[in-house]
Amino acid sequence: MAITRRAAIAGGLAAPFVMRQGASAQAPSRSETLLLVQEYGPNSLDMQGIGSSQPVNGVALNCYDRLLRFKPVPIPGGGGHQVAMGELEGELAESWQLASDGMSCTFKLRDAKFHSGRPVTAKDVKWSLDRACTIGGFATTQMNAGSLEKPEQFVAVDDKTFRVDFVRKDKMTLPNLAVTIPFVFDSELAMQNGGGDPHAKEYLKNNIAGSGAYKVESWKPGVETIYARNDAWACGKLPQLRRIIARDIASPATRRALMERGDADVSYGLPPKDFKDLADAGKVNVVGVPIPNGVWGCYLNTQVGPFKDVRLRQAVAWVMPYEKILQASLFGRGVDMSGGTTPKVAWPQPFPYKSDAAKAKALVDAAGGPFATTLYFDAGNATVAEPMAVLIKEALASIGITVEINKVPGANFRAEIAKKTNPMVLNRFAGWLDYPDYYLFWTMHGNNSIFNIAAYQNPALDKLVDAARFAPDKAAYDANVVDFIKLVNAEVPMVPINQPTHDVALQKSIGGYQFQPCREPDFRYLTKA
Amino acid sequence: MNDMSKVEPPPLRFEAPPSTSLLAHARHIVSENPVTGLAFGLFALILFAAIFGPSIVPYDPLASNTNSALQGPSAAHWFGTDQLGRDIFSRVVAATRLDFTIAVASVALVFLLGGLAGVAAGFFGGWVDTIVGRVADTIMAFPLFVLAMGIVAALGNSVTNIVIATAIINFPLYARVARAEANVRREAGFVQAARLSGNSEWRLLLTQIVPNIMPIMAVQMSLTMGYAILNAAGLSFIGLGVRPPTPEWGIMVAEGASFIVSGEWWIAFFPGLALMTAVFCFNLLGDGVRDLVDPQRRN
Amino acid sequence: MLGLIVARLKTTLPSIIGVIVVTFLLTRVLPGDTAAYFAGPAATPQAIAEIRSKLGLDQPLPVQFVAYVGALVKGDLGTSLTTGQAVTKDLAARLPASAELTLFGLLISMAIALPLGVLAAVRQGSWIDHLCRIVATAGVSLPVFFTGLLLVYVFYFILGWAPAPLGRLDAFATEPPRISGFLLIDSVIARDPETFRAALSQILLPALTLAIFSLAPITRMTRASMLAVLGADFVRTARASGLSSRTVIGTYAFRNAMLPVVTTLGMVFSFLLGANVLVEKVFAWPGVGSYAVEALIASDYAPIQGFVLTMAILYVILNLAIDILYGVIDPRVRLEG
Repeated sequence: MAITRRAAIAGGLAAPFVMRQGASAQAPSRSETLLLVQEYGPNSLDMQGIGSSQPVNGVALNCYDRLLRFKPVPIPGGGGHQVAMGELEGELAESWQLASDGMSCTFKLRDAKFHSGRPVTAKDVKWSLDRACTIGGFATTQMNAGSLEKPEQFVAVDDKTFRVDFVRKDKMTLPNLAVTIPFVFDSELAMQNGGGDPHAKEYLKNNIAGSGAYKVESWKPGVETIYARNDAWACGKLPQLRRIIARDIASPATRRALMERGDADVSYGLPPKDFKDLADAGKVNVVGVPIPNGVWGCYLNTQVGPFKDVRLRQAVAWVMPYEKILQASLFGRGVDMSGGTTPKVAWPQPFPYKSDAAKAKALVDAAGGPFATTLYFDAGNATVAEPMAVLIKEALASIGITVEINKVPGANFRAEIAKKTNPMVLNRFAGWLDYPDYYLFWTMHGNNSIFNIAAYQNPALDKLVDAARFAPDKAAYDANVVDFIKLVNAEVPMVPINQPTHDVALQKSIGGYQFQPCREPDFRYLTKA
Repeated sequence: MNDMSKVEPPPLRFEAPPSTSLLAHARHIVSENPVTGLAFGLFALILFAAIFGPSIVPYDPLASNTNSALQGPSAAHWFGTDQLGRDIFSRVVAATRLDFTIAVASVALVFLLGGLAGVAAGFFGGWVDTIVGRVADTIMAFPLFVLAMGIVAALGNSVTNIVIATAIINFPLYARVARAEANVRREAGFVQAARLSGNSEWRLLLTQIVPNIMPIMAVQMSLTMGYAILNAAGLSFIGLGVRPPTPEWGIMVAEGASFIVSGEWWIAFFPGLALMTAVFCFNLLGDGVRDLVDPQRRN
Repeated sequence: MLGLIVARLKTTLPSIIGVIVVTFLLTRVLPGDTAAYFAGPAATPQAIAEIRSKLGLDQPLPVQFVAYVGALVKGDLGTSLTTGQAVTKDLAARLPASAELTLFGLLISMAIALPLGVLAAVRQGSWIDHLCRIVATAGVSLPVFFTGLLLVYVFYFILGWAPAPLGRLDAFATEPPRISGFLLIDSVIARDPETFRAALSQILLPALTLAIFSLAPITRMTRASMLAVLGADFVRTARASGLSSRTVIGTYAFRNAMLPVVTTLGMVFSFLLGANVLVEKVFAWPGVGSYAVEALIASDYAPIQGFVLTMAILYVILNLAIDILYGVIDPRVRLEG
């Protein structure tokens, strides 16, 4: 699962530049260097560490290796590759074998070397996975999401053989080994410099101890991060780009200008309007992938306030200006979530509502007539969420619901939704693991995680979601999914508005775009002509 | 930014007796100084828009129309339309009232807090003076915009809190000017005369000192009104301004800022122009009022 | 002299203490739960409580304050959550960037404002006077972020004269060895004209933005001060004794008029240093202002406290320096103990 605070911002771009006189002949040439501008950079080099920001995922992705990685599959519309959730390939693992009882998996490691020159061993893998499970915070939560819960599950059989014992059959266990949390550290280097801390937190926060395709050459937090290629990388095809310069540029307008002027070759995380303009102008390529498992939703509190009444939740779903929002807020960079017909085994999918003010008005009247309420959203998402909120306010006014808009500063948003008392909240949530039950587990399940903003409690739903999560076969799984989709279609604790596109703008000279569920740039595949 | 020179203690000058020729003098100032005339003209325009604006605009400033979003200036939409198809001209005009209110309210508040504290400090001296001086020094030592941000962030972003924050960061300015003005008049002849006729010190403060420093405070207020609007705009730019979809110049500029590079310049330009005109007008007005009340300019 | 400085510092001590207390309290009432933020999106309540106690946030405020002051005395300003680094390190790395930008902006502003102010004073009441007033007032009437964006749009995007607003240097230039922290100075010391040119072209637009904003106070002060001096006896005497108008204005009047202008400059500088947060944001300038804004948005206490404290101390030092300078220039002014 992922942090929803802001769109993941990080982009690659290359600027034309003049080689400085006297630069060494071995310095990476212009065509081997990428200049990347991002809204903000990493606050740590250790994604397992507590408090790491979204861009740290990019560090984990490019500077460290995992046992497995998601297999690239072409994006249907062209322009690069995305990932297929069920299909995995080895990264540090040369091969892997599921036990016949389906309760463990054995991995054979490649002959890979850390940046320090030491070979990667099963001991390092165990140390790293143990660390992820015990360090606490987000890393541990993410591990648990794939039933990776305790160090006893990880066994270093010999130097090159590693085994994971399952606590239960969970289809998410293997995919969860491919996300940006269970990556492998050079455990000896970390322990040597750890200063007695078994997790070497302070050292790993500021240093890379990995085997990944890139090393961090310099890191000035809040200013720039420079990556240099690890020429000895053994876990895949050697990347073409030898050097990546990632600069933090807060202003999206500046980032767009850099793209249009050709000073930038790749840019992530622009406002949808800018992606649309760039795509229309055709000077640069814009590649959009509908964010897997991601949806903009209006969460309606089911425990306190007016929306306890399911009729009012349905009224909101009926009056939601889906089409207007898609055009004016997302500028078409998304998929409409209205007017669904038959429930499918997919997430997100359109709910069976479409803009119909008369139906909505009738429901409001039946539920007691006009009232006033408040709509919250994260100020960090204002570019998209604010016009959305304004349109919703206007639409709801037409059926007698007066809405006050409350834009909550980023740091406070988490605390605000944790209260679970806000009547209406606009939020975008996207899970890393693309399964419907995974999404609902976070946002509507009785475990009441922070993302269950509607505070929805329904034992019937919990039963269906849990059954789907550990379903023995596909038929049972599909049946469960269709059932809980039907349930939330009627109950609407969250009105899905649209599935946003994850866009990236690339100059025509840049190829090899690879979308990753963590939504950070993967330098390893990028090429520059 | 304010006119820093105003912090300097002004020279003692004679108070002109209330004059029936004030209007004539004003006419003289305006005719002699066309810029001041311009400022008064703009002020009348702003006042008009603030009072009648919302009822004379061609469109509902809050009504969206996504079919006509992001259109440039035209006969139908003089200032164009924004992302949601709202008429920018209507929003700019309708925003005048709110911006004017923010400016007037924050200036009134700081006048009550800072002005009176300063007068008391200057008139009584002693521990009152020490306390007011310390408070003013402490506020001055803060990076003021960041202090305003902190206050609004802590109290929550609402119009009231923007007004409070703006008043607080202007406190030292008012306190110092008022203190200096009160201080030089403490032993002035007309005060001594009133004191001898048995008035209490508090009474002296309110009946003799305060009315006499009103003109110079008026100059100060006019100058800081512009600053109040700029401050609110800056807060909007970093997301701490008034709540959407309320039209307010600063937040409109901030919203439009991201559209400048894509060529939709009018979204930020016209609110920016209105903002600039208002601040410009208040600043020039301050100069004009100074000319009006400064006896040295009277012939 | 030393005694006077010490005495003067003593009087500023209360306001520094005031700043420390107010900042501490202000950051504690900021909304947002640092521990929840730190614990990540999916943390359990126990995990959040654990982090809260690790950060000392479960202690009562007075205890937290004592701990904060205790660390402060040791020069420890805490750690930023957004950059993950020690605040002292961040500030030390970023302060030169802000100072260089502000000083350069002030220089540009003076280069325009001083002649403008003198001209306005000499031609008092003429159209030049009015024009100066309008230009200066217009500059201060624009929100700085708006001026900045407009300049970027026109000079970078449309005309292509200015380089991309990417911070202090373009991505491929290397920083000269750090001596003063001011790139313009360090590149000269390193005899690197290439880097000097690169740094200069980057700083021009943001500095211009600041300059436009600070025109008004300097122009006004110069004009007022010149007017006062031009009316003074010694200038009349100089004129009467047949000295050319140029000599009278340039030598006698201007020099004497500079004294109050210097005071204004000091205040303008400290004001700009704190106010350029928005300019830094527009131009991706890695200074202390943008650092503080980001921290404030994230409810990240330590950098805000560190920033405010640094600015307050700078402000005090600057004022002290100006007072001393003033005393040196004008013996009639004596420092008050």
